[in-house]
Amino acid sequence: MHQEGNRVDNPAAYLHLGFIEISLPNLALVAGMVVLFAIAIVVPFPREGGRRGGGR
Amino acid sequence: MSDDVASEGSGGSWTGALRRRLAHGLPMERLLPDRQPVYVGSWVYVFGVVTIAALVWTIASGVVLAFFGPQWWHTSAAGHFFNSLHFWSVQLFFVFMVLHLWGQFFMAAWRDGRAPTWMIGAIIFLVSIAAAFTGYLAQQNLDSQWIAANAKDAINSSGAGGFFNVLNFGQMYGLHVMLVPIAVTILVVLHIVQVRMRGVVAPIDAPREESE
Repeated sequence: MHQEGNRVDNPAAYLHLGFIEISLPNLALVAGMVVLFAIAIVVPFPREGGRRGGGR
Repeated sequence: MSDDVASEGSGGSWTGALRRRLAHGLPMERLLPDRQPVYVGSWVYVFGVVTIAALVWTIASGVVLAFFGPQWWHTSAAGHFFNSLHFWSVQLFFVFMVLHLWGQFFMAAWRDGRAPTWMIGAIIFLVSIAAAFTGYLAQQNLDSQWIAANAKDAINSSGAGGFFNVLNFGQMYGLHVMLVPIAVTILVVLHIVQVRMRGVVAPIDAPREESE
């Protein structure tokens, strides 16, 4: 338990690319958000009664 | 005074003027619509409501934390649970708020008189950062002390240190549990009312008759 706490408290690994400096957890989060955004655009939204176009 | 005069409210009072303006700008069918234009059928439009759901969870878990206090949320199992619930609700709030911002940015959602809606959204984003910052400072642990000790120089260099003391737990906690959540809630309500008044923005290439 104590060791696990120490492991979690360790500083995250960082990516250094020129002037870009970002922790890997933050990079993974941003990548996940981009993927989620792309999925939201591509995946069709379920329509009422299965027909195409809900309309007003 | 007759009933007709009372119901019409034709006088110049501010309550009558406000009621007429609300009835004209925000009729009930717009405030609580049961149908939306066809272009709203996209998962991109879900990001905003998920953000609101996360805000509801954040406030609900925050109320529990405020009631029982730091000793409880740092030492008991239930306290740890609600502490984590509060933290992860905030993470989801920010993630989906940014996704909502991306979606609205790429569809230029400020078109057709919706600039105030966009500006209120931007202010919500900024106030939310203040909410998260004061939340980190109100944790009552080494993490919050570390953040406060580092942030004080930045705040002082901006000139705001005279009235915004990040080392003052009482001030940061009061801001976090009272003033900032009230500000965020009021702004979110305003944001939603503005969306209801003008409707959801049509796609950029939508035919004119569909967008109205």
